[in-house]
Formats: sequence, C-alpha cells, structure tokens
Amino acid sequence: MTNAAVHMEGQLHAHAHDAVASGAAHAKGQQHPIKLYLVVWGWLFVLSTCSFLVDYFGLHGYLRWSLILLFMVVKAGLIVAVFMHMAWERLALTYAILAPPVAVLVFVTIMVLESEYTHLLRVLFFAAPS
Amino acid sequence: MTETVLTNPGQSPARLEGLRGIAADWASDQRAFKNVSWGKAMMWIFLLSDTFIFSCFLLSYMTARMSTTEPWPNTSEVFALNIGDTHIPMILIAIMTFILISSSGTMAMAVNFGYRRDRVRTAALMLVTAGFGATFVGMQAFEWTKLIMEGVRPWGNPWGAPQFGASFFMITGFHGTHVTIGVIFLIAIARKVLRGDFDVERRGFFTSRKGYYEIVEIMGLYWHFVDLVWVFIFALFYLW
Repeated sequence: MTNAAVHMEGQLHAHAHDAVASGAAHAKGQQHPIKLYLVVWGWLFVLSTCSFLVDYFGLHGYLRWSLILLFMVVKAGLIVAVFMHMAWERLALTYAILAPPVAVLVFVTIMVLESEYTHLLRVLFFAAPS
Repeated sequence: MTETVLTNPGQSPARLEGLRGIAADWASDQRAFKNVSWGKAMMWIFLLSDTFIFSCFLLSYMTARMSTTEPWPNTSEVFALNIGDTHIPMILIAIMTFILISSSGTMAMAVNFGYRRDRVRTAALMLVTAGFGATFVGMQAFEWTKLIMEGVRPWGNPWGAPQFGASFFMITGFHGTHVTIGVIFLIAIARKVLRGDFDVERRGFFTSRKGYYEIVEIMGLYWHFVDLVWVFIFALFYLW
C-alpha cells in the first residue's frame, strides 16, 4: 500500500522501499535544481578555456604541467560529483567506485620507472648518432 | 524487487553515515548498495572497468612517449587549423571539447526532467545530446581524415616518433566508438521516453522487463563518463 502510493508520486520502483528511510535526497530519484547544472556547465567551459589558453600562450615546463593537471582534475571532479551525482550517493558506493582507480596511480609509478629505464638503454645502445 | 524489501519498510532502521556506514552497508549480509538499484550499480561497475581500459591505453601511450628517443610530434601544431587567414593551434580539439561538455550539460538536464516525468523535454534534451555527440564524432572523422592525408599511420608519421600514430588512433578511436554507441542508445531511449514507455511501464522488447525513468539517469552516467574520459585524453594526449 505504502509502496503503491509512493510510486504514484513519481517514485522509482526500485527505490520505493528505501526512500522512506533514506530521506529527501532520494525521495524522487536524483533531483537537484537545474541552476546547479548550469553553474557546473559554466565552470567546465571556463576551465576548458583555461587549459586551451595554456597551450595557446605556449606555457612550458612545470607551470604548464601543473596547470593542465589541475584543470583536468577539477573538471573530472565536477563531472563525477555533480553530473554523475556521486556527491549524493552513499559512501558505500562512492568508495567502491572511486577507490579502485587509485591502483592506476601505482601502475603509473611502475611504468614511469620502467620507461625511464628503457629510455636509458635505448640512449646507451640503440640511439642513432646525431 | 520484492525479494529485497524488508518486512516493514516504514520501520527499517536509519542508516549510519561515514565510515561506519560503509562497514554497516557492506557487512549487512544483504545488498551492499542500499539505495541504488541494480541497474545503476551495474552501470557504475561497468564504468569502473572501462576506467581501467582507458587507463591502460593512456598508460601505454605514456610509456611509449617516455621511452622513445625520437622527438614526439608537437600536438599543438599537428592539430592546428587555418581558419581564413589565421593559424590557430588546437582549435578543432577545443571546439570538440566544448561540444562534448555541452552535451553533458544537456544530458544532466534531461535526467532532471526525466524524474519530473516531463516526457517531451526529456526526449528533446536527449536528442540534443545525441546531436552534440554525432557532431563530435563527425569532427573526429574530419580530424582522422586530415591526419591520414598528411601521412599519419599507426607505424609512422612525418614529424617524429612513430608511436604517435598508434597511440592517437587507438585512444581517440576507442573513445569515438564509445561516443557512437552512446549516440545510438540515446536515440533508442529518447524514443522510449517520447512514446511514454516509462509512464505505462511497458515491457522492453528484448528483456521483457518494465522500464523506469531511472534508465535516463543510467544512460546519463554512461554519457558523462564519455565526457570524463575526454577530459583526460584532452589533457594528457593533446595538451601534454
């Protein structure tokens, strides 16, 4: 009865039995003001323009890399948190999805060491004399 | 879904938050994702696996680029275009980035209208999203054509390290495939929304299961992920 009544209000079927307990955040699925999406949209435009300008003005060295990585991480964070609604999910899901990619960073470290070693060997033994 | 319903939903205890909440959810000897449907959970898990695939592509690109003794082609110049008389570096990629971000924005709003059961606006926004996606793929096809005409091949190119072509075609090709699949599914689901399948809980032709408006959000997760991957490709492949 409760389920049926709640369902009529636009409730997700799968959520129907949970929404009663979990409160307003999930009462009608993921409902957030349109303005929030527009603001994030605007920020993504600004950040993309910034990273484009880094290239346009030909910045180099650590300044370039740190700026590019900074804009990349902020953009990725905005997309995941707001557009994909991760900010409003329970931590059990957030951690299950966001923790495993940390392993990729370990992989990056391994491959940086490995490719520096490969590069060294190529320079020592195979590089064409120039 | 009835098998997961507790004996009396009204009396289910309030859920813990924070780290204790994680432990409680995972140790509950029931489903771990308490207020997430199986469809959404599985999309997230699929996206996690896809994250690893794209990570491996970008990692192999990084390894190739770091270990080669030949200079890497200057992407700023490779992807430059002459518009009129002005020579603008990276302009095509910038436009593609803005198009994909815009498609993410319209998709987020489509999810919102979906949960309000506004059929026409949801379907319209999804079709706009699909349009942006198709434009993106079209520009990518243009970019591929331009580079192939200039002599870029997976095994070599006129400007430097031969691994450039292999990395470029592999990474952007796989991403473009994802966008294309997304466009196809966007159109399919927009059609269902417009027809009112999720209002009358019509059963799908393939799975014979009832559909709900949540599928718009699940579709949105996939689409935002495609945008997310592009953020990384844009930074690491094009700008680095």
